[in-house]
Amino acid sequence: MNEHRLINFLLRSFVVLVFLFIFLPIAGSFVFSFNIDRFPSLPLGGFSLHWYEMIASDPAVWQALRNSLTVGVVVSLVSTLLGFTAAYTDFRYPFFGKSIYMALALLPPTIPVVIMGLAMLAFLSRVGLSGEIYAVMISHIVMCAPFAMAVIRMRLAQMDPNIEAAAWNLGANQWKAMRYVILPFTAPSIFAALFVTMAVSFDEFAVAWFVSGLNETVPVRILNTLQGQVSPTINAIGTIVFITTMTLVILAQLLLMRRRKPASA
Amino acid sequence: MPWFGLCFSMPILIWQLIFFVFPLAFLVAISFWLVRNFRMVPTFEWQNWSYMLSRGFFWDAYVHTLAMAAGATVLVSLVAFPCAYTIAFKFRESAKQLLVLLLVTPFFTSYLVRTYSWQVFLSDNGIFNAALGLLGLEPFAMLNTAFGTYIGYFTLCLPLVVLLQLFSLMYIDRSLIEAAHNLGCGRLRTVLLVVVPSARIGIVVAALFCFILTFGDFVSPLYLGGGQPPTLSTLITDTTKSGQQWPRAAVIATMMIVTLLIAAFGAVRFAYRRRA
Repeated sequence: MNEHRLINFLLRSFVVLVFLFIFLPIAGSFVFSFNIDRFPSLPLGGFSLHWYEMIASDPAVWQALRNSLTVGVVVSLVSTLLGFTAAYTDFRYPFFGKSIYMALALLPPTIPVVIMGLAMLAFLSRVGLSGEIYAVMISHIVMCAPFAMAVIRMRLAQMDPNIEAAAWNLGANQWKAMRYVILPFTAPSIFAALFVTMAVSFDEFAVAWFVSGLNETVPVRILNTLQGQVSPTINAIGTIVFITTMTLVILAQLLLMRRRKPASA
Repeated sequence: MPWFGLCFSMPILIWQLIFFVFPLAFLVAISFWLVRNFRMVPTFEWQNWSYMLSRGFFWDAYVHTLAMAAGATVLVSLVAFPCAYTIAFKFRESAKQLLVLLLVTPFFTSYLVRTYSWQVFLSDNGIFNAALGLLGLEPFAMLNTAFGTYIGYFTLCLPLVVLLQLFSLMYIDRSLIEAAHNLGCGRLRTVLLVVVPSARIGIVVAALFCFILTFGDFVSPLYLGGGQPPTLSTLITDTTKSGQQWPRAAVIATMMIVTLLIAAFGAVRFAYRRRA
């Protein structure tokens, strides 16, 4: 019995260690962002908002933020629309070649970002779009639509297909059934998909770095800072980005949780 | 299919064909193009392929990348498994949900920012070496070594691998484990002979994702590993960003795609193999 408890204790300690490892860099960047030292070490230097003031007065950061927001809004709208149509198709229709269709819809996030980046750069520059902000939007929609589709498809899985059929029997045409049955039922997941895709786009640096040209987004700005003279402003930007994305994700989560009540009523 | 069905099934198909399948096919195509006077000329020549595949530095990078990614896959899986196992079997339901939520959080923090944060911890005058100094120990080089690269790989993959393993472990029929115990099977043997085989698909899929992510990552090898020796992805970024040699970069990318396809195919075959 004692041996049993010892093993359990060791296993739990191991879990704690793994979580410490995972959260160390996240907590680190948060702490360093308020630290006066350029190269933080032990003992830590004093508290300072210096790095936040530096990014607030850097026009390149503001421009990057504007680019990121523009890209994020467009990407979340389009990829959620694409994801919704794909999820509904999978829910409603059996057809020949569906596994290939689903692979096309879900594969992009499994392609290494360097390869995606190079492929998008080569293709988009051929059609004269590389270096434009549209290039980042197009690439991100390719990468984000699968996430939107997954989120909405999971919600549809909770719906009885007979409900839609009942609407048709009661005289609704397909569009009306879509408008009054499917859309209200999936609404929370649609909003969740909007936030999740925006968060993914807001964080994507590699493909954006390949295709963005001079239109830096925030993560591309971080990457370029990382390559030049390293500066703790990265931590300050990172902390702001983290708070932004977490807000989006928590909003998405709240929407997904709220749905349970009306669904069970 | 009627209009209604087409309106819903076509958009993603058209979009992904134009902006996903076509660019990837185009990438393979330009590996046969040539660069003349700093411009790519459409043609069909094996020149880039024979150039790249006869270079020692390409094969060095290939072997190095493959070895690093394979090593990371094994190590991350080995570290993740006891963790996923403990979360699945040794925690209450509410604690489990909290831990899953915590495991999802890193996906929404910037990988770049975490990498930079590790630089501060690992550098020669960084936090870790200062802490060692306080203990009276000599500092040692962690940044710009293979160790640094592996720290980055773990940062990138560990949460995902734990999550995927956890999802497959949670669905194991508990009575199987009890039966093994009742039949006198020891704890470790139960884990190795009952739990691991039951969760095989999840473990293999998690390992595959780890391999794909580390094989293609250019951030950790560059900013934590020091960039030497180069990996395939750093070769691609260098070749692409430093000039017009996109066809050669396309050769490297195609080789990576082929390698990943083989790995994915092998992993899926292994995961769904019938038990002997």
